[in-house]
Amino acid sequence: MALTGEWAREWISRSVSVIAENHVELTALDRPIGDGDHGENMNRGFAAVGPKLGDQADATPGDVFKMVAMTLISTVGGAAGPLYGTAYLKAAGAVAGRDDLDGAALVALLTAARDGIVLRGKAAVGEKTMIDAWTPAVDAAALAQAAGRSELEILRAAATAAEAGAIATEPLIARKGRASYLGERAIGHRDPGAQSTALLIRAAADAAAA
Amino acid sequence: MKKLINDPQHVVNEAIAGVATAHADILSVSYDPNYIVRNDAPVSGKVALVSGGGSGHEPLHGGFVGFGMLDAAVPGPVFTSPTPDPILAATKAVDGGAGVLHIVKNYTGDVLNFETAAELAEADGISVRSVVINDDVAVKDSLYTAGRRGVAGTVLVEKIAGAAAQRGDDLEAVASIAEKVNAQMRSMGVALSPCIVPHAGEPSFELADDEIEIGIGIHGEPGRERIKLEPADSIVDRILGHIVEDIPFASGDRVLLFVNGMGGTPLVELYIAFRRAAEVLAEQGIEVTRTLVGNYVTSLEMQGFSITLLKLDDELTTLWDAPVHTAALRWGR
Repeated sequence: MALTGEWAREWISRSVSVIAENHVELTALDRPIGDGDHGENMNRGFAAVGPKLGDQADATPGDVFKMVAMTLISTVGGAAGPLYGTAYLKAAGAVAGRDDLDGAALVALLTAARDGIVLRGKAAVGEKTMIDAWTPAVDAAALAQAAGRSELEILRAAATAAEAGAIATEPLIARKGRASYLGERAIGHRDPGAQSTALLIRAAADAAAA
Repeated sequence: MKKLINDPQHVVNEAIAGVATAHADILSVSYDPNYIVRNDAPVSGKVALVSGGGSGHEPLHGGFVGFGMLDAAVPGPVFTSPTPDPILAATKAVDGGAGVLHIVKNYTGDVLNFETAAELAEADGISVRSVVINDDVAVKDSLYTAGRRGVAGTVLVEKIAGAAAQRGDDLEAVASIAEKVNAQMRSMGVALSPCIVPHAGEPSFELADDEIEIGIGIHGEPGRERIKLEPADSIVDRILGHIVEDIPFASGDRVLLFVNGMGGTPLVELYIAFRRAAEVLAEQGIEVTRTLVGNYVTSLEMQGFSITLLKLDDELTTLWDAPVHTAALRWGR
């Protein structure tokens, strides 16, 4: 479908489901290198988002993302709440007032979300955080857009890159967040925030394909 | 797991309801969003102090709400930072027109949520300054980690900055006193047993019967090394050595020596540790002029303790001695 408010609602609706289906796995990833609550916190946040989608019938993508941002900020807690909240808030700002996003707007949306997380969390690529999924996704989206691909192809490229980025956090030593206290003991574990990022970006592509 | 609870989901709400009733002369509790506030808040013209973080560290922070210390405390879920909205609500509730100081332990979640709340408060016209506490010497390399954690020394910052606010210092001055205390103190902890988060139901880490974790964080995060159990004096010597060499503390310094229990270690053992720490400091010519011993920053039922040293001068000593009246710390009034 075209990247309209309907797409945004479909994306978020699929995000609610995919987080609910994977929250046990996300928490299991968080236990050895964090404090074992990432799935539970994300699921609490998206479960609160779900019922509010019904009020967004005529909303633009920006309106939908803003609602998601405010809900996640007030319900998720931990580090993920402010980080994802900022991501959706910046994404909302990047496409404010627009409907039917083209490829350039889509890349701007993803870039703004990633930049918001960097600004808030001060993490760089390679520090074993959700940025290791976001940045490859943004880069892949920009490349696909420059090559003249469709919006769906751009989202698929971003999702595939995010999934590869999440897997690529496994051999890394963490330099941000609680996992950083573990030093080399963090090696071999996938970053739970990078994994949830990959799930959410895949949901965006699946929504566009629906 | 044996715990004195009803439902793991109700632990925080039922606990703060107990706090509200037990200390009704000092504080009251607001629910949804949850925060604990001084009865006389907002105190007009006084800089207000707000702290908070995950629950499970009691009496930190709610036990330090009252005259001469915090104006509000924001309890999150057990070991999880509160979200920005209760922090914002508490900040608004205590602002007496002179601004609000946020005292934040250096954990990523706490820092991000307090930062977001501070931005929202500023947008509402409230001046907010934040001080991030990072007294834990167990975390070595701050360039390659989230930085040193905020641990037991947080109590000393809350007491001393609270006294500065109570005597009428402005927001900049209170913030700079808090920064000074943070810069002049160092802490390190040891765990003898793990703790169990109620909703997790399992120990947050494993320790064999004869093992201890040196440099433990206040949520059971790993420290510097895991070693075989040793006599109390050897354990004290190990961590005190790391603390003293860090600033470093030197002969002729006057210090506050704080031995903190993690929740599961009896006072009789804390005094054994205190006695050894005082002996070692005396041998090094470091003069202990103020002391604190007890369970002030806990980690649920964890067995263990931490030592904090704060370098004192006349001003900090005066502020430490100033009257305080909270559930967990009270003198001079």
